[in-house]
Amino acid sequence: MREVDIIIIGGGPAGLSAAISCKREGIDNLLLIEREDRLGGILNQCIHSGFGLEIFKEDLTGPEYAKRYITEVERLHIPFMLKGNVLDISQDKEVVVVSPKGLFKLRAKAIILSMGCRERARGAIGIPGTRPAGIYTAGQAQNLMNIRNYMVGKRVVILGSGDIGLIMARRLTLEGARVLAVVEILPYCSGLPRNRVQCLEDFKIPLLLNHTIVDIKGDKRLKSVTISKVGKRGGIVPRQKREIPCDTLLLSCGLIPENELSRKAGVILDPETSGPIVNEELETNIPGIYACGNVLQVHDLVDWVTLEGEKVGKSAASYVKGGKRNYQWIDARAGSGIRYIIPHRISTERDVEVTLRVSRPGKDKDILVKDRNRLIKKVFFGKVNPSQMIKLRLNKKELRGTKALWVSLR
Amino acid sequence: MEERYDIVVIGGGVIGCSIARELSKYQVKILLLEKESDVTLGTSGKNSGVVHSGLYPKPGSLKARLNVEGNRLFPKFCEELDVPFRKIGTLVVAKNKDEVKELKRLKKIGDTNGVPGIEIISQHELKKMEPNIKGVASLYSPTGGITSPYTLTIALAENALLNGVKISLNNEVKGIRRENGRLLVKTEKGEFKTGWVINSAGLFADRIAQMVGISDYRIYPCRGEYHILDKRTMGLINRMVYPVPPKEGGGKGIHLTPTISGNILIGPSAAYIRDREDTKTTKRIMKRLFQEAKEFLPKLTENDFIHNYSGNRAKLIGPKVSGFSDFVIEESPKIPYFINLIGIESPGLTCAPAIAKMVVNIIKEKEGLRRNRDFNPKRHGIKRFSDLSLDEKERLIKENPNFGEIICRCEEVTRQEIISAIKNPLGVVTLSGIKYRTRAGMGRCQGGYCLPKIVGILEEFGISEREITLKGKGSSLFYGRMRE
Repeated sequence: MREVDIIIIGGGPAGLSAAISCKREGIDNLLLIEREDRLGGILNQCIHSGFGLEIFKEDLTGPEYAKRYITEVERLHIPFMLKGNVLDISQDKEVVVVSPKGLFKLRAKAIILSMGCRERARGAIGIPGTRPAGIYTAGQAQNLMNIRNYMVGKRVVILGSGDIGLIMARRLTLEGARVLAVVEILPYCSGLPRNRVQCLEDFKIPLLLNHTIVDIKGDKRLKSVTISKVGKRGGIVPRQKREIPCDTLLLSCGLIPENELSRKAGVILDPETSGPIVNEELETNIPGIYACGNVLQVHDLVDWVTLEGEKVGKSAASYVKGGKRNYQWIDARAGSGIRYIIPHRISTERDVEVTLRVSRPGKDKDILVKDRNRLIKKVFFGKVNPSQMIKLRLNKKELRGTKALWVSLR
Repeated sequence: MEERYDIVVIGGGVIGCSIARELSKYQVKILLLEKESDVTLGTSGKNSGVVHSGLYPKPGSLKARLNVEGNRLFPKFCEELDVPFRKIGTLVVAKNKDEVKELKRLKKIGDTNGVPGIEIISQHELKKMEPNIKGVASLYSPTGGITSPYTLTIALAENALLNGVKISLNNEVKGIRRENGRLLVKTEKGEFKTGWVINSAGLFADRIAQMVGISDYRIYPCRGEYHILDKRTMGLINRMVYPVPPKEGGGKGIHLTPTISGNILIGPSAAYIRDREDTKTTKRIMKRLFQEAKEFLPKLTENDFIHNYSGNRAKLIGPKVSGFSDFVIEESPKIPYFINLIGIESPGLTCAPAIAKMVVNIIKEKEGLRRNRDFNPKRHGIKRFSDLSLDEKERLIKENPNFGEIICRCEEVTRQEIISAIKNPLGVVTLSGIKYRTRAGMGRCQGGYCLPKIVGILEEFGISEREITLKGKGSSLFYGRMRE
């Protein structure tokens, strides 16, 4: 069995930056495993721009952004495997991977999980109706159009206002299709404000908030969707139904961290994020197994995925080199108005950056960080939105003596 | 164009394919007609995949006899055809004391029908067998089994084809008439002269019968909706779990079925509908399925749902009439050489091998059938990578690198399996055809990941963008290329 210091599973932005970071920390015996025939992950199909504004202060396309890291991986001679699919990870960090070159059993000192996420499919949302051709998830349509050069539809309705859906609304419009509506069940847009403006408003594509799809018609190819207004309690408003003839429906109804492999290794997941429960090193409950990027929490910006990967690379390298381990972890918990907070455990011995999302939109809000009744920090936000990830820096002085951390919104 | 056959079988469901395959054991020229782009696209592909033990049909009925016989024949049937089958046992669970009486009634029916080994077990024993199931007592029937109904139907068609049956897809029957003592079947693609016609058209069997002037039957389509659960629920139940049958509707009630591939099915509901091919799902039933299943399996969560679908039963009794109706399997008293199979609903799948033998016997009564000495009962399915041990996987990839490329991650389907499916003997090249043959796209992401990859492989096989369809004509996936 081949021994590897650190195995990184997934060669998207998280895995790329984690691998580079491990290498810079002096770990040479690395292996980056990617299931596609090229590195870069989902960035390869994101041919729009808007990437790299935070890190490079430049407006790059997905492939351009990926290229910067792929070039660095090559320059540093980081070993990677393409068309490699990990079938299994065990608790003692044995990894089984297959590729057209064979089946390999590897043993790692540390593993970095960077498998990304998948799109929520129709069955998971329970959209009623028939099952004809012409129903795609937004990312699937993006792949078919941008990578494979297929036109997926002419008259399109998009369910869900996630970022990929918004991007695809613009993409389809530019390719001559008519996007009839973006239908969102929530009272607010779930994608980034900049995407709402640049992808919908600039093209006069209607965004129907508080609406959902209640029927799909068509036997062979999609013929129509019926939309309905949703009442305050989530019920449909019968008199406000409308049938929209269309040939294509895109689903942009959320992303689910892809943690099936993590489960196999015994990694415990947070039901709120569907990602692993991690400490401030981004280490899971299994010592030496780390997680970063969308497999940990679904991000809005790739730049932040990259930064998370960098952080994980340092943690995993320190683990392999026998760095400090004996921290006293305290719990960090999401209180009222906060959907989740990551990491789930912090040491209080160092400065720490936490990421969180609020449960619903609001104006003029304070985020309170408390240790029981002691207020550690208060940060004012003119506007909060679940679609925007919030980062808070807490320094070790503030945290000294804390027994449990509660973050809430007021 | 006019072709001559000894026997024309109408309908490529599990019944038509079983009959065609059984008949191919004899020296007869057989044509199987199917209106869709593939076999198994009707009721046969959209049911629970249960091989019933025989607890439900009325004693003395055709259903009862064929069920018990079919159950007995099933293991060998599946073994010959390389189709998965597992005898896992059935539990009918009583939720309260009142329902225990019903268990006793069912046991009596089962015993009379000759179902072996049924017993009533206590709450304690039930807990031991199924720790996650809530109930006060249960009827246990060890001979209940599960199979993959669509794999079976495809296997039957492939084996029939191997043994000389001609299978014509996308070929709807338009009319049938008698001419000089023979039957003439007119279809979308031509006219076929034949000695016998076997009407195994499922939901459309009454309409086929009407074509020759038999208007004694009417099919009432009754839709059943299902949820499929993520494979991570595997092991929550190990046997089929049924409720005590509901008083109305004559169905078996919403039950939980472990599938051959490791998912759990919840369903089916029962709702009479007008359009026989309307297999939509509805929000109301989805909610009900969840609630009823949760009563048995409190651990169930909606997060476990990955897909829902529905299938329609071909019932011979309408919504307002309750009671029992038996299968109709006979040579029509009005039209000689025309065999009707009408109202083949549950337990039709279980009965398939027995029904096929029965139909052959009907023909044998009238004319001698000579054995086909070349008949080969064996069919080999597509080798499933995910079923193999690590050592076998390793060896296989060395032999053929296409086994090393995973196309569908959720179901662990490799490029080689997709290629084998594209090259299937029936010549079906649709996405649903590939899905039914490999399970690619049946997992938790529902094709989100593998569909573009499968499209890419189809492209390598020279299938153009307009020819890539979900389920045949009219179901194109694409509106051409974006750039030339």
